[in-house]
Amino acid sequence: MADDTGDEQPDDQAGDEAREALAAELSELLGDAVIESHVETGQNLWLRIDIEQWHGAMAALRDAGFAYFGFLSAIDWTDAPEGRYEDTEFDSAGAGEEEDASSATAEETVRRGGGETRFQLLAQLHSPARHAAVLIKADVPPADGAPASVPSIIDVFAGADWHEREAHEMFGLVFEGHPNLEHIYLPTEFEGHPLRKDFPLLARAVKPWPGVVDIEEIPPELEAQLEAEVMAEFEASGAGA
Amino acid sequence: MSPPPTASTLREQQAYVAAQAADARVNVELDTGDMTLNIGPQHPATHGTLRIACQLDGEQVISAEPLMGYMHRGYEKLCEVRTYPQCTTLINRIDWLGSFANEVPFILAAEQLMGVEAPPRAQWIRTILFELSRIANLSLFLGDMGVQVGALTPVFFAFRDRERVLNQIEEVTGGRFHPNFDRIGGLKDDIPRGWIAETHAVMAKMRGFCDEMEDLLMGNEIFQTRCRSVGVIPGDVALSYGLSGANLRASGVDWDLRRDANPGLAWDQVDWRVWTHPDGDSFARYWVRLQETREATKIVDQLLDGIPSGPIMAKVPRIIKVPAGEAYVSTENPLGEMGYYVVSKGGLGPFRVKIRTPSFSNISVVPWVMRGTYVPDIITILGSLYFILGDIDR
Repeated sequence: MADDTGDEQPDDQAGDEAREALAAELSELLGDAVIESHVETGQNLWLRIDIEQWHGAMAALRDAGFAYFGFLSAIDWTDAPEGRYEDTEFDSAGAGEEEDASSATAEETVRRGGGETRFQLLAQLHSPARHAAVLIKADVPPADGAPASVPSIIDVFAGADWHEREAHEMFGLVFEGHPNLEHIYLPTEFEGHPLRKDFPLLARAVKPWPGVVDIEEIPPELEAQLEAEVMAEFEASGAGA
Repeated sequence: MSPPPTASTLREQQAYVAAQAADARVNVELDTGDMTLNIGPQHPATHGTLRIACQLDGEQVISAEPLMGYMHRGYEKLCEVRTYPQCTTLINRIDWLGSFANEVPFILAAEQLMGVEAPPRAQWIRTILFELSRIANLSLFLGDMGVQVGALTPVFFAFRDRERVLNQIEEVTGGRFHPNFDRIGGLKDDIPRGWIAETHAVMAKMRGFCDEMEDLLMGNEIFQTRCRSVGVIPGDVALSYGLSGANLRASGVDWDLRRDANPGLAWDQVDWRVWTHPDGDSFARYWVRLQETREATKIVDQLLDGIPSGPIMAKVPRIIKVPAGEAYVSTENPLGEMGYYVVSKGGLGPFRVKIRTPSFSNISVVPWVMRGTYVPDIITILGSLYFILGDIDR
C-alpha cells in the first residue's frame, strides 16, 4: 500500500511510541479500572483490568472506538502440566510429584501485565478507525475452591456469547448474566473442564508421545559441532551479503 | 324403529366419525408456529458437519441456533503437549482449504517470542504461498456459492481451476492440502526452477476464472434475486460479533489486517487495494470475495517478479526453545482474522495456545441474521457467510 510503504523498518519504534501513547490514553479513560499496562517492544499492548470493573471497562473501550470484538478466552496458570513431554520423569512417576521449583521462578517474567491468580480472562479488541488493537486481561479471584463468577459482556459485544460459553466449558468460569451458559462443543453430559491444567490428557498418560524421540537432549560436544555446521551453511547461503 | 346397523353401515359410520375427528384435529393442529427444521449435520452448505436447529413459523425462521462440536478435536489442548514444530501439523488442519495460511500466524508468534526474523526471501515466498492458498480457498467458494442457489455448473469450473493453484502449491511444498512447510525462522525449502513462470501463467488463468464467474453467476438474474438483500448484516453488528474478512468488508467496514496490521510479510511491498461493499447482503459478500481473488492474483504476480535473493532460513537452533512470554499475532486469512495467542514458559512447547479462528466468530452472527428470513434463504446466507467446519470446531 502506498501510504504504508517505508513504515516497515523504522515502524518498530513509531509503533511502540503509538502503543505507549495509547496505553496512557486508555489508562486515563478507564481510570482506576486499569491495574497495569504493558507494552512489549514491537508487539502488543496489554491492559490488566480490575475484574470488578470488567463490564464497565469493556463498554468504555467500545465507546472509545474499540468496537471490533476479537476474542475472549482465559488462561490457566497452574504449573501442573499433566503429561508434558519435557517432564518425562513426571510422566513416568505418575501423578505423585507436583512441585517443580524451576518453572515457578520464571512465572513473573511470563505474564504480560502481571497478575497472580490461577485464572485470567483474556480478550482482544480492535479499533478499525485507529488501526490499533489492545489485549485485555483480568484476574479471576478464587472463591470456595472454584473461580469466582465474572460479569458477562454479552450486552456490550453480542459476539462474546459463544466465546463465554467456550470459556465456561473449557475452564469452568461462570459468566454472570449470560442467558444460555451451556456447553458449545462438548456433549451436555461431559464432566470436567478440558483446558484446565489439572485435566489430564489420557492418551498422553497411557502412551508416551513418539515425538519424544526426536527431541532428546543432544550431547554438548555434538551440539557445538552441529551449531558450527548450521552456521557454516548459513554463511555459505549468502546471509552475510 | 330403525333397523339394526349392518356391518357396512357400521364401517361407514366409524369412517365418518374418524374423518370428523381428523378434520377437527387438523383444524386444531394446523398451528404453523411450532415446527423444528434441522439443517445438517450433513448438508452441502455446511462444509463439514454443522447442525442448525431452526424454529419455523410456516416458511419463516423464528430462531436458528447452530449446534457444533461434531468435529471438535481439542487443538488448544493438544498443542500444549507438543513442541512448536509439531504444532504446525495440527494447525494445518484447521482451515483445510487454505492450510498454508494457518501456519503463518503461529510461526510468526513463535518468531516474535524468540526474537527471530525470517530473511526477506522467506517472507516473500511465505506471502506468495499465503496468497496462493487464499486463491485456492476462495475460488472454491466462488463456485460453491452457485450450488447453494441451484446453479451446478460453476462448481465444476471452480474445482478444475483450483487444481491448477493446488499444483503450484504442491510443486513447492509437496502437499496439496497440508503443506506443513513453514518453519520458525524461514521456510523448509526454496522454490523449484521454472516455478515463477508457471505460476504467472496460472495467475492469468485464475483471472480468467474470475471473469468466467462474473459472467456465469453475477449477471444472472436468478442469482441476483436469490442473493440481493438476503441476509443483510450492518457494519456495527458485524463489528460487535467480531466478523472478519470478506464478511466484514461486505458490510462496508474498511478493515484488512494485511494492510492495517501487517505482521511483517511482504504485502506492503506491492500495489493492491482493499475492496469493500456497502450493502452487507449475500451478494455483497460474493462480490467482495470475487474481487479479492482477483486482487490476490495481482499480488502474487507482483511478488513473483520481485523475490529478493538470499537465504530462506534464519539462524535458529536445532532444538527450538521459545523464551518465556506471551504473544498474539493475527493475519488476514482467506476466511478472516486468524490469530494465535501463544503463552510460553520457556519450554519446548507452548504452555497455552488460544486459537482465534475466523469462522467461529463469523458463524456466531447466524442466530441474529437468520431471524425472520425464509427457509430457502437459510442456505444462501450460510453459503455466503462461508465457513469451514474445521475452522469453527478446531
